[in-house]
Amino acid sequence: MNQNEFLQVIAPFKDKVFRLAKRLLVSTEEAEDATQEVLVKLWNKNESLNGYSSVEAFAMSITKNYCLDQLKSKRTTNLQIVHSNYTDRQPSLQQQVEDTDSLNWVEKIINELPEQQRLIIQMRDIEQYEFSEIAQILEMNETAIRVALSRARKTIREFMTKTHHYGIG
Amino acid sequence: MESDKITLLVTKYFEGQTTLAEEIVLKDYFSSSDIASNLVQYQPLFAYLSNTSKQKFEQNLPLFKSKNNPIKWLSIAASVVVLLGIGFYTFKDYSSPKATTELGTYDDPQVAFEETQKALALLSNHVNVGIESVRYVETYEVTRDKIFILEN
Repeated sequence: MNQNEFLQVIAPFKDKVFRLAKRLLVSTEEAEDATQEVLVKLWNKNESLNGYSSVEAFAMSITKNYCLDQLKSKRTTNLQIVHSNYTDRQPSLQQQVEDTDSLNWVEKIINELPEQQRLIIQMRDIEQYEFSEIAQILEMNETAIRVALSRARKTIREFMTKTHHYGIG
Repeated sequence: MESDKITLLVTKYFEGQTTLAEEIVLKDYFSSSDIASNLVQYQPLFAYLSNTSKQKFEQNLPLFKSKNNPIKWLSIAASVVVLLGIGFYTFKDYSSPKATTELGTYDDPQVAFEETQKALALLSNHVNVGIESVRYVETYEVTRDKIFILEN
């Protein structure tokens, strides 16, 4: 596979890789680094790529593993400092302005879900994968994915109705 | 009527039982302007889900840059030049004695005679230098004769 062919192969899903990375890592810069890393890994496997039934599913599962590794290494290397000791507990003005925007609320709620549920929400509700594809990427069975998805959606609903009625009741 | 169907779909959605097609129906419904009042609270969720898929990865890929790295090619070129240089000089040193067709032959007998004499003179000069240092040995013999004269 030469460079042009490779670029054509990755074109349909490189944005999805980026969005999945961003969902897990939250920061845009880190997600960009992760995406580059994943695509470099794919390019290095260039020769064996034709052997995979779906390069996209393969790329998504590399992304998932890479991001989870990143999160894990960050957790072990960084000192866990509880900032609440010395930071202003009030959200910053910027944050307060943003929070009035309900779309940001949704993003915040989703990013507070456990990683597994975040992955599933991202792939099902944003990238619109079939359950069978998600099962292949996450190496889980479909029932477990449905359960996790339902749980995640209900958690989001719970938080949303809370914020929606905030200040009314 | 429409909103009843949607309410049903929303319930199914939160149970994780909707198909992709039904989820698209939901997203379409919530992106429209007339949403039933009992469903308005879900509008931000579906709006967010449909918006987020528009994020793009804008960075350039670093994949192929290393392939055409000019420094890499420059270093390869430099090492080729160095190797060629070394190779050229060593080859020249080995080949120069072979390359000469001059074997020291002379056509004119007179010149040949003179050259031979010159060569022999040079040789004998060097031999004499060697003999010069052997002369000391004779001094030993003289001394020995002085000491051991009685034995004879």
